[in-house]
Amino acid sequence: MFDFDVPLFPEQASTFAPQVDALYFFALAVTAFFTLGIFVAVIYLFVRYRRRDEDEYGDPIHGSVALEIAWSVIPFIITMVMFGWGAHVFLVGMTTPEDAREYLATGKQWMWKFQHPEGHREINTLHVPVGEKVKLTMTSEDVIHSFFVPAFRVKQDVLPGRYTQVWFEATKPGAYHLFCTEYCGAEHSQMIGTVYVLEQDEYQEWLSGGIVGSSPVASGQELFAQYACNTCHEQDGNRRGPSLHEIAGAEVQLADGRTVERDENYLREAILNPAAKLVAGYSNLMPTYQGQISDEGVGHLIAYIKSLDTVAHETEASDDTEAVASLD
Amino acid sequence: MARSMTLTPDATPEPEMPKEHYLNASHGLKSWLLTTDHKRIGILYLVSVSVFFLLGGIYAGLIRLELVTPEGDLFQPDTYNRVFTMHAILMIFFFLVPSIPATLGNFLLPLMIGAKDVAFPKLNLASWYMYLIGATLTMVALFAGGVDTGWTFYTPFSTTYSNSYVTTVAIGIFVNGFSSIFTGVNFLVTIHRMRAPGMTWFRLPLFVWAHYATSLIMVLGTPVLAITLLLVGFERMFGLGFFDPALGGDPVLFQHLFWFYSHPAVYIMILPSMGVISEIISAFTRKPIFGYKLIAFSSLGIAVIGFLVWGHHLFVSSQSIYAGLIFSFLTMLVAVPSAIKVFNWSATLYRGSIAYTTPMFYALGFLGLFTIGGLTGLMLGTLGLDIHMHDTYFVVAHFHYIMVGGALMGYLGGMHFWWPKIFGRIVGGFWPHLSALLVFVGFNLTFFPQFVLGYLGMPRRYHVYPDEFQVLHVLSTAGATVLALGYAMPVFYFVWSLKYGKVAGDNPWGAVGLEWETTSPPPLHNFESMPVVDFDAYQYHQPKPHSQGKPATAPSAS
Amino acid sequence: MIRQLTEFMGREATVAHHFETAEQQKESSFLGMWLFLCQEVLFFGGIFAAYVNYRVMYPEAFIAGSQQLDVFIGAMNTLVLLCSSFTMVYAVWAAQTGFRSKRWHNGAHVAFGLVGTLVFGAAFLGVKVVEYSSKFEHHLVPNLGFIPPVSNIEHPEATEIFFSLYFGMTGLHALHMVVGMAIMLVMLPMAWKGKWNTTNHNFVEGFGLYWHFVDIVWIFIFPFIYLIGNSVGKLT
Repeated sequence: MFDFDVPLFPEQASTFAPQVDALYFFALAVTAFFTLGIFVAVIYLFVRYRRRDEDEYGDPIHGSVALEIAWSVIPFIITMVMFGWGAHVFLVGMTTPEDAREYLATGKQWMWKFQHPEGHREINTLHVPVGEKVKLTMTSEDVIHSFFVPAFRVKQDVLPGRYTQVWFEATKPGAYHLFCTEYCGAEHSQMIGTVYVLEQDEYQEWLSGGIVGSSPVASGQELFAQYACNTCHEQDGNRRGPSLHEIAGAEVQLADGRTVERDENYLREAILNPAAKLVAGYSNLMPTYQGQISDEGVGHLIAYIKSLDTVAHETEASDDTEAVASLD
Repeated sequence: MARSMTLTPDATPEPEMPKEHYLNASHGLKSWLLTTDHKRIGILYLVSVSVFFLLGGIYAGLIRLELVTPEGDLFQPDTYNRVFTMHAILMIFFFLVPSIPATLGNFLLPLMIGAKDVAFPKLNLASWYMYLIGATLTMVALFAGGVDTGWTFYTPFSTTYSNSYVTTVAIGIFVNGFSSIFTGVNFLVTIHRMRAPGMTWFRLPLFVWAHYATSLIMVLGTPVLAITLLLVGFERMFGLGFFDPALGGDPVLFQHLFWFYSHPAVYIMILPSMGVISEIISAFTRKPIFGYKLIAFSSLGIAVIGFLVWGHHLFVSSQSIYAGLIFSFLTMLVAVPSAIKVFNWSATLYRGSIAYTTPMFYALGFLGLFTIGGLTGLMLGTLGLDIHMHDTYFVVAHFHYIMVGGALMGYLGGMHFWWPKIFGRIVGGFWPHLSALLVFVGFNLTFFPQFVLGYLGMPRRYHVYPDEFQVLHVLSTAGATVLALGYAMPVFYFVWSLKYGKVAGDNPWGAVGLEWETTSPPPLHNFESMPVVDFDAYQYHQPKPHSQGKPATAPSAS
Repeated sequence: MIRQLTEFMGREATVAHHFETAEQQKESSFLGMWLFLCQEVLFFGGIFAAYVNYRVMYPEAFIAGSQQLDVFIGAMNTLVLLCSSFTMVYAVWAAQTGFRSKRWHNGAHVAFGLVGTLVFGAAFLGVKVVEYSSKFEHHLVPNLGFIPPVSNIEHPEATEIFFSLYFGMTGLHALHMVVGMAIMLVMLPMAWKGKWNTTNHNFVEGFGLYWHFVDIVWIFIFPFIYLIGNSVGKLT
């Protein structure tokens, strides 16, 4: 009836997993050492110094400065090792690499929606190629959710009204659990899915087999045309708005003197709240698109704007090049 | 009245109950409901927190029952969410937070420092009524349909999306918070101003130090929870926008405000328990606590640093990475005083005269479980690990090891230890020993599998789960039944002892401390005459100048 | 809270049974009161923390919101509140020194101080009522037909957060005043009868601490809510 082959550790299926596990084994060793040490010492003392006579008293030992310093300093050093090592692993997990495939993810009560760079949409399943860095840019349509794939050891809360990111590089083909780990209401435990890690060729096959919607970049381009963004944002940047080429990720000086990085959250704000962070040299002419473009649409526009960057650098992504070439 | 030894009843004449004591000083329901006697208020609290422990326990049982199978076959998802939320709210706000301070603390604090009462007896009674009002509101919400936000009330779910009785419960907890604040203010002033002549700070029992640290957190932390829940209530009732993402509300702000109280609240639960353990270990080794001052200061250290670590609940919330680094570092720091305490308690056993009593078994259980709870807490404070473990069953297991394995073991140990003082009757022997064993075994069986579950990736607050987790869940539920048995037994033998228990006498354990100098149960005003203190805490050797003091006995251990 | 206050201060001239000396009783009362005020600081601290968070996130919206408020009225109210603190001090001083004039006995002077405080407090709340009602007219009440007063700024919608905080902060402050005034109404006849005098004035003194604390909260609210709008020109 039951499968008694119970695993004690989850599968390692990302480049990040072994790093977390190594740290975990170290922490487990420390825990086991001190727990067993305390258990053995306490049980030994408990038996050794049991009361043998009703009038018996314990020795009046009030303490030992040397010992107490020792067991203050040693735990401190061990915790600092754990802190340092933990911080290192954390920074690896939190620093999104530049050269990752970018997916869009949206959490809502109670499903996960994904979109591939090529335009494929999925709900509660996510197909990714093995051996390639994958980055998810995530937002929520309602409450806070959290993206968690145990086999990859990655987790990140997904918030309404802003973007968060998570990245991983899968190392082993297979199907892995995807969980929502921030309590989000009635069907919280049904907000689960599967991440399929495919070999490169299988992934390409999967891509060609699926029903292809337009890619985020292409949808973004459509929206860009639909709202006639190019009337102001021309390539040369001499019009009313700044050029959008080569801006994603770059720093820019604002009208109020601040310098900010034009990351996804900046671009989102620039579309929904143009007045918030005006670029130096431009005046506040752009209307707000709050409520006019959906969250998804904003994601597509950002993908498109970022693709303009890619073109300029003449990197791969031939699909995108075509898309932009037609615009030019 | 002479001291008598429990274990050698034949050597001394059978002790008798004192003729007059606080329990028979006045009669009738009114004499209890309007009492300002700290001892009676302690008992009022004891009865009420026991009721909520029972209720919270029933909810815990329902959770474990549902999780036996991977499918959601017992409850609708919505019902399950209400069940785990009510389990947490009842256990945390209406049992664990008041458990030791409001029962044992209320009863013992004035006795231990040689005072006739706490500084503000009427405020003390008011605190119990605040607790009752808060509890009533929560129960009203419960019967109306409950609340489904989790005890953490995260926005915007709690403010905008939840269709349950969030406001009622929030107000209930708000009101109950004032009971906590009143208790805290009362204890702080009592410890500062009501100590008997000669009772200097470093002669205070460690139980009092622990309660001092606890009270600081109660007074400085609880109001932040109060205002936070009030803001949630305002947002739900009047539509004020404090957290609404549609207005640009910051979804993480609530989490910062909430955990500013709710992390220190963990220390409200565990510090008093640590105080109990110090008393028990000293009494049953008949020697001073190893490193008294370091334990006293580590309590204060935990209280102070405890206020600075709340951000470790937000490592994956999109909080800045730098904030994560700082909060992780501070979390590591707060582990050190806890480690010191565990080492010092263990060292106290060395060359002691260890008596095998029920409170001592509970204390040893505490040592083991708290060690595991503390070290796994360290893992969760480690940034790289928390990414994976956050909001999984690893967290659930960890905080149950601290709150149940730590706080509750201390509470039960303390109850067994001071029961003779409170009611004048001994509780001991086979059944209490067995209950301590069952609680320890049942607890580990329940919660150890959850560490494994958590690392495997089982998320918290899941009503249905993938099949491969079932074996561990079944183990956990099996453990819970043993645990429930262990918790049920004391109810019977404690009540039984009230009538049939052996009369304890003033000092059945041969312990030192002012509370053992008076009769059991103590008289209405605690002491026949104002005690004068000219000895340190836990002095088992030097002859005490009191007429009642037992002459020193040469150490015969080793 | 009333219960709390009376608990702290409501001592008879005699020493309660559980205290040894009047000195110990007095020290306990004041330590308790100060701890209660510490607790109050943290209570208001929570909503102030929320304020600071959003002020940093949405500086323009907060300025725009602030500019909808009448600084003159706010300043007058500050003055009124300071006057109420002065009369409160008068009541405490009269009790401490046992001051009496030719015409009025000591208790009357304590009562006069309280009456003055009540009058100024009522004036403050009256002005607050007028201010609140004008918010309804200008569609500045969150959730009740709120219309952002200016649109051409970053995050105009966040002005609703500003007004939520405005009502939250000033409302909680006003609530504290109402509680204080209710206690003063109870105190008035007792003061007249001379309950508080040179030997027994813990209650008046402790209540004075509470009233001054409520004043100080306003001293922070006033610049946070009213004055920040003057840091830049009028937003439209």
